[in-house]
Amino acid sequence: MAKTPVTFTLNDMETALFVDPGANLNDVLRRGAGDLTTKNGCGQGTCGACTVLIDGVPHLSCLTLAESTEGRRIDTTGGLAGGPELHPLQTAFMEGFAAQCGFCTAGMLMAAKALLDKTPNPTREDVVEAISGNLCRCTGYEPIIDAILTAAARMQGRAV
Amino acid sequence: MQVETFSTLQEASGAVHDRAQFLAGGTILMRAVTYGDQSFDTIVRAQQVDRSIGSDAGGLRIGAGATMADVLASRDVDFLHPVARAIGGPQVRNMGTVGGNIFARNPYGDFAVALLALDAQAVMADGRTMPLGDLLATRERPGGLVQAVTIARPESGTFRFRKVSRVKPKGVSVMSIAAHLKRGDPRVVFGNMAPTPTRSVGAERALANGTDAGAIAAACSACLEGLAPADDPLATEWYRREVAPVHLKRLLEEGARY
Repeated sequence: MAKTPVTFTLNDMETALFVDPGANLNDVLRRGAGDLTTKNGCGQGTCGACTVLIDGVPHLSCLTLAESTEGRRIDTTGGLAGGPELHPLQTAFMEGFAAQCGFCTAGMLMAAKALLDKTPNPTREDVVEAISGNLCRCTGYEPIIDAILTAAARMQGRAV
Repeated sequence: MQVETFSTLQEASGAVHDRAQFLAGGTILMRAVTYGDQSFDTIVRAQQVDRSIGSDAGGLRIGAGATMADVLASRDVDFLHPVARAIGGPQVRNMGTVGGNIFARNPYGDFAVALLALDAQAVMADGRTMPLGDLLATRERPGGLVQAVTIARPESGTFRFRKVSRVKPKGVSVMSIAAHLKRGDPRVVFGNMAPTPTRSVGAERALANGTDAGAIAAACSACLEGLAPADDPLATEWYRREVAPVHLKRLLEEGARY
């Protein structure tokens, strides 16, 4: 089985890999690039835990053919923090107990980041819509929604 | 598994065969790959996809590569926004395409239900044009790849869509219904009530002269004519037959709700 070379930008890093034919991006990120911050949940597009941003747009990495990302920019939770400084979303999730088991968190963070990049002042409805493709079985969603709104407010310099 | 990549859809058309599947948005095909589907061993893909949506003298044209998110971003096809919004979650809408939806087996394919109700024409990669209904009838062994679909813009208020699912907001369809209430030539199409999106000939006949209360009642009692629902994990055939008239009545009486 001949492997195919793929190059993409992963969290600002030029990344070049050989991938198996038919490999999905989730496998390639985790096993190939060693980026374990992207979770492998259902593997069939139901849970959203594997959400990554491709050119800024949320995609399910488990349903993305890895070689179709040639030349594109991929952002995962691994690139959210700037060194020791957590991203405001991460801080808000931590302080607001928006993660319990933590399995959905990586996907939630990326769905939330895509929302805030496009809509810095989202309404609660915007947030609910943005994470409607991500399942959480622990929190009941309310702490997650609150955390995203808190992060948005802080990033806009508003007091919360 | 092997992957064959071509520059254009036209080139890719020649590579599709019995054991090869064309990759559109991937939301259905990649799951099959990951879960070890043995019915095909080749993925065919094209690097240039037609994602354009626009209107011209002949009506509206939607590129087969347009995603549900592309549909939602286009004001030209605003009447299709409720349909696109009913499909998947945000990530799936960023990936799943109009062309792929035509080939999506039950319980998926809600967008194709709407396109069939709008009398869409499929523009194939080789330039041929065929009615969407003909393409759906042969979709397991299609004679080529779809480049785009064309539809006429429905008159305001004449197009209705309803998706029936048990889980909100992103559960799959127990059934979906699209109606284009053109006087004299109405279209009523059900999804998940037959192997492919299928016109309800009984409902269409009853609605040919209008949508007054009597016509709606007649349409509902005749709506199963032409349909062949099945048992599946989402609902039994019996349940589908019982509730189809109820949902059609709501669609016709209450207008555009989804």
